[in-house]
Amino acid sequence: MAATTENRVIASLKDSLISAVIAFALFGPIVGLKTETEPGGLALSAHFGTVGVIVAIVFVGRLLLNLLVWKADRPITRGLSGLIPAQTSLGGFGKFVAPVALLFALIFPFLPITDRYILDLSVLVLTYVMLGWGLNIVVGLAGLLDLGYVAFYAVGAYSYALLSTKFFPMLVEMGYVGGGIMDWAFWICLPLAGILAAFWGIILGFPVLRLRGDYLAIVTLAFGEIVRIVLLNWYWFTGGPDGISRIPRPSFFGIPFSRGEGGFADTFNLDYSSMQRIVFFYYLILALALLTNLVTLRLRRLPIGRAWEALREDEIACRSLGINTTNTKLTAFAIGAMFGGFAGSFFATRQGFISPESFTFIESAVILAIVVLGGLGSQIGVVIAAVVMIGGFEIFRQAEEFRMLIFGLLMVFIMVWRPRGLISSRKPSIGLHSRKAIGAENVAQGQG
Amino acid sequence: MNGKPPLLSIRGVETWYGKIVALRGVDVDVYKGEIVTMIGANGAGKSTLMMTICGDPKAHAGTITYEGIDITNAPTHEIMHMSIAQSPEGRRIFPRMTVLENLQMGAAVTDMEHFDDDLGRVFELFPILKNRKGQRGGTLSGGEQQMLAIARALMSRPKLLLLDEPSLGLAPMIVKQIFDVIRELNESEGLTVFLVEQNAYHALRLAHRGYVMVNGEITMTGTGAELLAREEVQAAYLEGGRH
Repeated sequence: MAATTENRVIASLKDSLISAVIAFALFGPIVGLKTETEPGGLALSAHFGTVGVIVAIVFVGRLLLNLLVWKADRPITRGLSGLIPAQTSLGGFGKFVAPVALLFALIFPFLPITDRYILDLSVLVLTYVMLGWGLNIVVGLAGLLDLGYVAFYAVGAYSYALLSTKFFPMLVEMGYVGGGIMDWAFWICLPLAGILAAFWGIILGFPVLRLRGDYLAIVTLAFGEIVRIVLLNWYWFTGGPDGISRIPRPSFFGIPFSRGEGGFADTFNLDYSSMQRIVFFYYLILALALLTNLVTLRLRRLPIGRAWEALREDEIACRSLGINTTNTKLTAFAIGAMFGGFAGSFFATRQGFISPESFTFIESAVILAIVVLGGLGSQIGVVIAAVVMIGGFEIFRQAEEFRMLIFGLLMVFIMVWRPRGLISSRKPSIGLHSRKAIGAENVAQGQG
Repeated sequence: MNGKPPLLSIRGVETWYGKIVALRGVDVDVYKGEIVTMIGANGAGKSTLMMTICGDPKAHAGTITYEGIDITNAPTHEIMHMSIAQSPEGRRIFPRMTVLENLQMGAAVTDMEHFDDDLGRVFELFPILKNRKGQRGGTLSGGEQQMLAIARALMSRPKLLLLDEPSLGLAPMIVKQIFDVIRELNESEGLTVFLVEQNAYHALRLAHRGYVMVNGEITMTGTGAELLAREEVQAAYLEGGRH
């Protein structure tokens, strides 16, 4: 026993020494030698003290890992596996999460801790919740990997912006409609933006009908970029990189949030406050997000929703059961895109200014990350993931450039612990007697 | 047969995969109330024929008529609405959906009104599925998955059931059980079955008539018993025991 322990220590030392040599070889030239401008050319200055520290850290770290984890009888990490949450830990209390979260969301603007900054942040989070739920229809339910979802967000935003800043004023000027329409601009444009985005969803859907997986991802990625680049270059129509500014703010069903007579505060006998509009934005996006959720939950129980899920599982089987896979895919794209469009017009009216910069690929990636992190197909998972991701971005704002690094690390940890996302159980849409949630360990990819 | 027109009639069907010919002019008739089997080795084109009937891929030449209607160029989902149901090769159940949801998908093309009756009927045929109804398809054993695939096809109340290799990878006991159910469906309900099989012994014993396919062509045809007795069939498909 003693001999083996000794061998182990020697082996560990050897291994650590090799690592230290590699570290020296790597960091020696990179960190140890530095060029400095001097009169008459460059001069080398040596910083071997720093290299020594780095090599020492590598050596000691490697030695500790060797002795305590990799070559140890009882790795200290063994206890860690107990910390990994059980896969279906939501279990019984999962039933209460959604109503409690909803109640909290409803009273949130009136809580004493809520200030303008927090409210603004939660509007942002809710926007992403809505986008996540919208994308969840396409990716989570229908299983069509869409990397260009931001295109529909952009279509919605630009639809609203162009209609309300160019088309409506034109109509007013030509005398077709009264000036009062401007107070209703948002409410008229919202459904139009949704319809236009859905239309673009179908336009994207047609060419990709035969594609799946990686190929679909590439084409949708390209689609997202095409939309952004068109917006950037179609100068006379979209304003190109200048974007569109002075986009009308929404009204409280015709009553504008303005100071003075006829405004929201005046009508309801309140003191004017700029918070009123933000609270209204909050409830607006909450309502839109809840609408998305409600429609999704409802659709899941209808034949079309089940067809989406079946399509995700096996396309050939779907066809052999008489399901029109073309229509099924196109409706998934269209409905997912429609909610993206709603969210887009909300974004435009909240910001008051949009430009192609807001619709880069990173947005698609963030939305997709929210869906995947939350657990494909899980509605509450998307909420948690959106809060974690968007809230996380904010919390780590002080960390500046390390923000992405910390964030990436967190993502890696979550994916190691919960490879199927935070909430990875799938609730059957029908049951004869009792409904049983399906544990994540069974929710495998493909073979299940 | 009795001068009646066949339920399913396949005439001179050719199917190509790109430049490769998979079927070279196949003629098959399936009459109402029959069990007809198509046997052949791997890659003979049996499954291609099955898929061509369903319109995926479409026949390059020839015609396929069902109940007198030309379905050669009809879209797959329309063909599956014409009281034809298929249990595809490799079962292809929906692994993450429950047994019940799988069955519900099978009933996608029919009226939901008789869903409960149909459900009761397939649970009677395959009692094990009833015990497993809340379980996900992917957690079932191979035999149970095959039963589910057949039950799912039956949910649409088909007149013609297309079965592609239901014995694939299953224990002899289970194969017998499944073939018994097919026989029972045929005898008690008059369900017409077109069965594609590699397991020639069981298939020919079950079927009224059979076809042998080699390299995309029909080389022999006759009643199940006739084919079983033929030397060529025995040599080519039954060597190695009656498994």
